[in-house]
Amino acid sequence: MTEKHQIIPVWFFVGLLLLVYGVMIVISGLLHWNSPPPNVELTELHAPVWWGSILTVLGAVYCAMFRPGRS
Amino acid sequence: MNLMFAMVVARLVHLSPVDLAIITIYFALVLGIGFYLKRFAKTGEDFFLAGREMTAWVAGLAFVSANLGSLELLGWAGNAYQYGIMAAHWYWVGAIPAMIFLGIVMMPFYYISKTHSVPGYLKLRYGSEASALSAITFAFMTILMSGVNMYAMAVVMEVVLGWNLHFSIIVSSLTVGVYVASGGLFSAIFNEVLQFFLIWFGALLIPILGLYETGGWGGMVARIHQNFPGQDFTHLWSPMNHAANNPMGVQWVAIVFGLGASVSMGYWTTDFLVVQRVLSAKDVRSAKLAPIIGSFFKMAVPLIVILPGLLGRAVLPFHLVPANLQQPGQFKYDDVLPLMLARYCGPGLMGLGITALVAGFMAGMAGNVSAFATVWTYDLYRPYLRKNASDQHYVSMGRWCTIIGLIISIGTAYLVTRSKSMMDYVQALFGFFIAPLFGTVVMGMLWKRVTRMAGFLGLAAGVASSVTVFILMKLDPNWVNVFCFSPLAQPLAQAMWQALWSTLTCVIVTTLVTLVTQPKPDSELVGLVYSLTDVPREEYTSMLHKPVFWAIVALVLFVILQIIFW
Repeated sequence: MTEKHQIIPVWFFVGLLLLVYGVMIVISGLLHWNSPPPNVELTELHAPVWWGSILTVLGAVYCAMFRPGRS
Repeated sequence: MNLMFAMVVARLVHLSPVDLAIITIYFALVLGIGFYLKRFAKTGEDFFLAGREMTAWVAGLAFVSANLGSLELLGWAGNAYQYGIMAAHWYWVGAIPAMIFLGIVMMPFYYISKTHSVPGYLKLRYGSEASALSAITFAFMTILMSGVNMYAMAVVMEVVLGWNLHFSIIVSSLTVGVYVASGGLFSAIFNEVLQFFLIWFGALLIPILGLYETGGWGGMVARIHQNFPGQDFTHLWSPMNHAANNPMGVQWVAIVFGLGASVSMGYWTTDFLVVQRVLSAKDVRSAKLAPIIGSFFKMAVPLIVILPGLLGRAVLPFHLVPANLQQPGQFKYDDVLPLMLARYCGPGLMGLGITALVAGFMAGMAGNVSAFATVWTYDLYRPYLRKNASDQHYVSMGRWCTIIGLIISIGTAYLVTRSKSMMDYVQALFGFFIAPLFGTVVMGMLWKRVTRMAGFLGLAAGVASSVTVFILMKLDPNWVNVFCFSPLAQPLAQAMWQALWSTLTCVIVTTLVTLVTQPKPDSELVGLVYSLTDVPREEYTSMLHKPVFWAIVALVLFVILQIIFW
């Protein structure tokens, strides 16, 4: 991202955050698979599992593409 | 029945351990990034303009993200619930043409003049009078806005999560203070890009699951008609032939000329909070491209803001009420987004959504405080208080300004207690300062004859007329009919007319004074006025790399959206 300064690209931090959040949300979704939270609609769609998976994959791709030291 | 359901819903919005962990990780990351970036923010250009080395994508995302704060999200989702899809005008006609105008026409001047700020450009173009007026009003506005963000965040956290109001204010201001004072604009931009992703991933599930529940757009419209018979919430332009035909009480003239040509142009092209992000771009082409990249994302924002408000009309089993009519157990319009979040998001996803809101609030504070620090240091402190200090001294002043700005913001947060709707307050501020400023800046860029005194008096007259119109309409509702051509005009519609009158006043006064005063010689205006500036052209770049190509694509998409939702 920068030329004058060798700063870690902001995309790496984005990827890191999405990766960590994605894993946490997927795990949470799996833990609640058979005991969905009360008063939440459409729990049968298991949104945390597939939405968290999307975050995890995207985060992993960003982390890999923009990791520090990669030219 | 409504009361019982509301109480049940209120109990739903609580956080599980995984949600708390998600929020804690966010705070830890932004503080860590702030400390990491401190080593890079050594010079004035680093601290105030992020080294002028951002790519078009980073500058573009920060540009649009600086306007995607939580105040914006909650307020406009609430407005979508209240006024229907007409609220999308603030994302389309109220943004896209102005963003493209900034990229193609105005950005080269800001960039070539190597100014640090919009008041800085005014100083070069007009002299110190217009610049000082602009700098003082801007500093005032940014501090107010930072305080509004702080207050709004504290209230939302209190209402949604039951957090103590003072706790939210202290934690958020300390965090913002540490990371902005450390890394300056570097930190603010990094956080804005993070916030951009958080908001999209935190809020996008609402329209996806909402449309699934209603059976798509058609199903949602049918449910709204069923729940609110006889009212039109799903058309953009067709209800605006007369003020009586839409819930906003507005005519198309106010939307096109008040919003599109005055407020929007003023905000997106002269509000330094957003322009500062583009000034951080690494070259002229990136600076031109950044707002155009931003315009594509801006066009998509109604998906996560307007659509949840409309879905609230369709699926919520109770009616939301205006803030000033709210009774215990009832929810107000601005609560629609958290309510929809609670409806579809369980543990984990709720934490993500709340983190997105927290990030949005803190980015709003950080953006305002970093812009305040720049304008104070470069446009007030340096020219009027200490002219020839070292670069290090000004960086140090910027860091202290960040802290002092936050302390004033905290004071402001406690003052903001009375407002019918959060966005009404914001629009009133925009109308006071931003709309007339656009008249002054754009006339100075496009007409070399405009004189120093004309710039100052035009701007002053515009601000004065705006304040006058606002006060008259608040004091006596009969003035609403005079200025808005309809007694039905709601606060948002009033703000559009107010901006239109102030811009017209500014342009007329500027023109009249110009005609009776002596212009600057051409030699002093090179690089500041269109006819005297050789703007670099991208003659040797491919079509796909030319900003003007993407500007046309954005405009075509914009027109298609207007036709689809006409």
